[in-house]
Amino acid sequence: MVPVSYYILLSGVLFSIGVLGFLIRRNVIVVFMSVELMLNAANLAIIAFARNIGSLTGQVIVFLVMTVAAAEVGVGLAIIMMFYRNKKSVNVDDGNLMKW
Amino acid sequence: MEFIFFIILSLIAVISALMVILQRNPIHSALSLIVTLGSIAGLFIVLKAFFLAFIQIIVYAGAVMILFIFVIMLLTLRKDEFGQEKRKFQRIFAIIFSAFFLIELFIITNYTFFGKTEKILFTPADFGTPQALGRLLFTDYLLPFEIASILLLIAMVGAIFLARREE
Amino acid sequence: MDLSLMDINWRVILPEITLAVFGFVLLLLEAFLPKDKKRITGHIAWIGIVLSFLFCLNLYGTQLSSFKGMALSDNFAIFFSFLFLISSFFVILQSLSFLKREEQVRGDYYALILFATLGMILMASTLDLVVIFLGLEIVSISLYILSGFRKKDLKSNEASLKFFLMGAFATGFLVYGIALIYGSLGTTNLEKIFILIPLTETTLPGKDFLLYAGIGLLIVGFGFKIASVPFHMWMPDVFEGAPAPIAAFISAGPKSAGFAALLRIFLLAFSSFKPDWILIFWILSVLSMTTGNLLALWQTNLKRLLAYSSIAHVGYILIAFVAGGNSAISGVLFYLSIYILMNLGAFAIIISMGSKDREGTDLFKEYAGAGLKNPFLGVFMAIFMLSLSGFPPTAGFLAKFYIFSSAVKSGYLGLVIIAVINSMISVYYYLRVIVYMFMKPAEEDIKPVSIPFSLGLVILVTGIGILAFGILPQPLLDLAYNSIF
Repeated sequence: MVPVSYYILLSGVLFSIGVLGFLIRRNVIVVFMSVELMLNAANLAIIAFARNIGSLTGQVIVFLVMTVAAAEVGVGLAIIMMFYRNKKSVNVDDGNLMKW
Repeated sequence: MEFIFFIILSLIAVISALMVILQRNPIHSALSLIVTLGSIAGLFIVLKAFFLAFIQIIVYAGAVMILFIFVIMLLTLRKDEFGQEKRKFQRIFAIIFSAFFLIELFIITNYTFFGKTEKILFTPADFGTPQALGRLLFTDYLLPFEIASILLLIAMVGAIFLARREE
Repeated sequence: MDLSLMDINWRVILPEITLAVFGFVLLLLEAFLPKDKKRITGHIAWIGIVLSFLFCLNLYGTQLSSFKGMALSDNFAIFFSFLFLISSFFVILQSLSFLKREEQVRGDYYALILFATLGMILMASTLDLVVIFLGLEIVSISLYILSGFRKKDLKSNEASLKFFLMGAFATGFLVYGIALIYGSLGTTNLEKIFILIPLTETTLPGKDFLLYAGIGLLIVGFGFKIASVPFHMWMPDVFEGAPAPIAAFISAGPKSAGFAALLRIFLLAFSSFKPDWILIFWILSVLSMTTGNLLALWQTNLKRLLAYSSIAHVGYILIAFVAGGNSAISGVLFYLSIYILMNLGAFAIIISMGSKDREGTDLFKEYAGAGLKNPFLGVFMAIFMLSLSGFPPTAGFLAKFYIFSSAVKSGYLGLVIIAVINSMISVYYYLRVIVYMFMKPAEEDIKPVSIPFSLGLVILVTGIGILAFGILPQPLLDLAYNSIF
């Protein structure tokens, strides 16, 4: 039996990798993938906790988080497409019309 | 046995997650992310959440990632757009921030769990079956379920509105 | 276990259902109406808001609960529903002429506003973190789409992209925070959390650390959504780039919804941890008002100025979290109602000054001399600016006064002194707007703008509301005081 703490550590590592990716990458699509990584890390933690507590509600929460993530992907990629169509770029730093 | 699975899957997950953020080519990143999502699905199975493991593969590794790859292909990026990674300062800040975050989490879990006898309180017999999940979803979680449907509708309307070319 | 449809008290979510139905109808109309008939979509939208408002009115004071406690209608929820519906109503009125000017009259625009309102009502009228999260996502996703509504405008694209990336990042933190709280307590229900917290210390030593981490992550997630410093980066850009009615919308409804959720989470569920999180809110409050006010001093764009002013106002409202107690909560409710009026009014003036070819610039110099040419706009802009900076006898002064005095009563004099100094700094940039409108000579010969009826109505109602509540605050104060949880 694997202790919960291992799962939490693993999910913490994945979450941190996601945060790191969000901050260092400039390509919008990869930045967005990092967010997906963060959400998945959270899902893993929820399932591990749910198993530890022996409650089913955690799985429902994960189910709903997946729905939200899917909705976000749909809208997010459309926004990226729109940005690319006008700007011909997917670099975050090219969003520089407005500053301060 | 379970432990071996856990170690293997978590190693794959961490390595492929690192690949996601370190590859220069977004297609490679997307493929690595599929591997990560797949190994997380494997971990779900180890945790006996069977239904969610399959949802994870079908919805996430399947539909969502296909969408990502589709968009990357549509954008037909030239080589030099793959990733001009500048901004040294920001990168250093990011690494420090994430390291700090990780250490903090490590300490928290350390304090919380290690050295304490830790056992699973109990696992219901139907843990992870679609029946149990469905029953919960249509009783206690009926309202969130309905809200989720509106959320998906909004996403659909929004995606069509934003991605459609102006006539 | 079994839950038949008859057991559900549908009355509790009737306002939400109304909004959803009208949203669906608008989507269908957008698909099937010929282009020249689409003007009615806006009118259908505000009718939906009014109907939903009537159902809310019917619910006031009922204290019902439905869906196993996931939806409830306590006075707190209904008060916030009023705020959201009123702000959406004004935003729809603003949009009527804005969309006509843009030649972009569309049903899905109004449908998204209705859905966003639905999400806000859900956030305020629940005791479950999961529903709060889903409501927040409905609001956020609708707003990502709406801020990119001017599809060919680069600034609008950029605003949408930045808003979306920051929002998704915040969602990650929020979900992880909920995960840790769920893990340490086994529930996401705020009332159960409140009951369980004293028990956990005895049964599971050490689990608190997870709980602390979860609370921290929740603060980060909500910090992004209400745009408090240091999580505010997206807000000025979104305000500048997004269509003006949407910027007004973001500053009013979603922000209040974020505060509604924060109030329930921190002053109800985690109230026993107050000594631990109070310092965080103290710092957030001081950072928000100071940074917001100082950066606002340099702005040359009116929408950006209002964004930084909005960040500063978040700082003032956060004082109430530090102070705590019933008078602080009712102070927040009062403040938010007044803030919504001031901001929506100011934005209505910005919209009436704009035109299709110079949409999204809103530079100060375009306002030079405008107050003399359009005395109606000038006088009301002066009222809104004075109220935002907190001059008596406007309601903005009283709003600040109630929050500050609740903090003084709880013994946070230092914080109040910082806030008062900040208010004095803010007078400089608010007055600059008035100076531009009345005292600077116009650069070119400007003609008086013609104000559409709907915009004039918004300006008139909000302006009179501010003056009326500034002189006779008692009815609103009583309502706010009866609406705390």
